[in-house]
Amino acid sequence: MTTPLVELQDIVKTFGSVIALNDVSMSVNPGEVMCLLGDNGAGKSTLIKTISGVHKQTSGKILIEGKPVVFNSPRDAQRAGIATVHQHLSIQPLMSVTRNFFLGREPVKGWGPFKFFDKNFGDKTVVAEMAKMGIDIRDPSQAVGTMSGGERQCVAISRAVYFGAKILILDEPTAALGVKQAGVVLRYIVQAKTRGLGVIFITHNVHHAYPVGDKFTILKRGQSYGTFAKNEVSREQVLGMMAGTEELDALQSELEEFARSDEAQAKGQASQYEATAAAEQALAKELHQESEKVRKEQN
Amino acid sequence: MATIDRSADERIREVGILRKLLSRPELGAVSGAILVFIFFAIVAANRGFLSFRGVSSWLEVSAQLGILAIGASLLMIGGEFDLSIGSMIAAAGMAMAIPVAVYGWPFWLAILLAFAFALFVGYINGMIVNRTRLPSFIVTLAFLFILRGLTIGFTRLITGRTQVSGLKPAAEGDWLAVIFRGDIFGLPVSIYWWLGLAVLTTWILTRTQFGNWVFGVGGDANAARNTGVPVERVRIILFMGTAVAATIFAALQVIDLGSADVNRGQLKEFEAIIAAVIGGCLLTGGYGSVVGAVFGALIFGMVQQGIFFTGVNTDWFKVFLGLMLLIAVLFNNFIRKRATEAK
Ligand SMILES: Nc1ncnc2c1ncn2[C@@H]1O[C@H](COP(=O)(O)OP(=O)(O)OP(=O)(O)O)[C@@H](O)[C@H]1O
Ligand SMILES: [Mg+2]
Repeated sequence: MTTPLVELQDIVKTFGSVIALNDVSMSVNPGEVMCLLGDNGAGKSTLIKTISGVHKQTSGKILIEGKPVVFNSPRDAQRAGIATVHQHLSIQPLMSVTRNFFLGREPVKGWGPFKFFDKNFGDKTVVAEMAKMGIDIRDPSQAVGTMSGGERQCVAISRAVYFGAKILILDEPTAALGVKQAGVVLRYIVQAKTRGLGVIFITHNVHHAYPVGDKFTILKRGQSYGTFAKNEVSREQVLGMMAGTEELDALQSELEEFARSDEAQAKGQASQYEATAAAEQALAKELHQESEKVRKEQN
Repeated sequence: MATIDRSADERIREVGILRKLLSRPELGAVSGAILVFIFFAIVAANRGFLSFRGVSSWLEVSAQLGILAIGASLLMIGGEFDLSIGSMIAAAGMAMAIPVAVYGWPFWLAILLAFAFALFVGYINGMIVNRTRLPSFIVTLAFLFILRGLTIGFTRLITGRTQVSGLKPAAEGDWLAVIFRGDIFGLPVSIYWWLGLAVLTTWILTRTQFGNWVFGVGGDANAARNTGVPVERVRIILFMGTAVAATIFAALQVIDLGSADVNRGQLKEFEAIIAAVIGGCLLTGGYGSVVGAVFGALIFGMVQQGIFFTGVNTDWFKVFLGLMLLIAVLFNNFIRKRATEAK
């Protein structure tokens, strides 16, 4: 049996009186994509923030390659080879694309106290990495604040992919992306997996989750609802688990209800139109008869 | 993936040099400095504004403030303020003067003590801001009073007075004091400190890893932390920087005048911030430049001495200062919008 790259044991995380995570356990092996699914507020982001060193868990253990670790900061997690795309991206709008891309992990050149940020290398790398995503960086010294939302997301993603050495964590990376860029992200995930990385992928889109996921962990109100291997579940079941089957059924009947009332309304409207049309026709006939009468009288 | 033919991208528009210049943070201060210079060159040329002594005098005023403004601008780009700079000047001055005058320390040792004390104060400021996440404005405002109070209290306690003088003989021939005194090529040594620090910190800010971190911490501290920047450490270093700048100022002044006074440095914290803001630093952090602050200080020095040379009542200096600040803030706001929004 391989030791998992990341293993969480009974993670609890509270914010004051809010219990965001309650006894969550999970693991990701090398070369495996784990999709983390769940409703809004289920605790997905909180969970991956404990793995990436943003939050410290209230209790429970994190093991990286079998060894228990304590991350005091995201920097510690990065040193352990974990790269994360956070839901809110962690992008600096006032800084240039290159400066953003390398923030915290600047490529340096030179010696001793005279080390400096190798901007040339940085610019080239950024243009090349973004081109791989199909985004043409016109000017790497352009402020990120001037880019579109999807472009910003692509900066954050390509940055994580570039620096992710062992574990790649993506929190709703495809949310704002076009079809093409979302496809690139999914391909990145598969590539990372073939390189032997472990990937944690959070998404609300089953069409993104199912094709790349090897297993699916469902969170619900801060608790793990279970982990399912891909061969155990169908796409529909995954979708059901994401929303809860009963909820899906309820949604379906609700939608049908909508459709029915729409139809009825449409029918009602149609008869109303018919009535008006008939009345108009009658009126037209009357007018015609009247005008005929007048003409006869004149003759 | 298809390679992109850059020349054929219809969405690239030639960005003119003018446009590029317009989005530099220091633009306002540089053009302002040129205007102010031209103004006084016309109005006060025959009153000595352009004479060697005249130039030297406004450069010296600019230099002293400039040293403080460099520290303040770096800290502002890092998203914080330090209002304790002025009090730090007096405290550092006394930390040098009292050991020398009362306890007979060699000057160099007293200077080192003052710098050690500055690092300590900077560390405390930074640590409190880090731990509490209170606005640094408030934290350092408290230290404005605490440091001033401690300086007055201890000085009175030890010397019975509020001024310590007669330090010149001790500074004479001291190997460390020598770098804070006298002239080089007829210009006061403070000017060389100013320019030297400006070059060094500009290099740090724009060319090094630490510089990148400063922008990140000031722009969005949370995002910077998430991308692996040791935010707390950066802040502490920046607060140490402002305190050290204040101590360099104090050393130059104490050694030049041969005395220290508990009331030195009042309002310098605001002047330093004004110079930084005129120089294009955003009050919200994450944007600005040291070069801008250098020119901001230059405007300051030229106006202060220029008004003196023209013979106009120097009371008007403050009015001018306030107006400059207002214009600078409006201008910066405009530049920032330009840099981050429609382009
Ligand atoms: N810093 C915090 N302080 C207090 N409560 C928090 C904090 N962070 C998260 N929570 C709470 O924890 C719960 C889980 O939040 P989390 O962001 O992990 O949800 P999520 O599964 O990522 O949801 P979404 O799909 O909307 O991104 C929420 O109820 C949220 O209010
Ligand atoms: Mg989330």
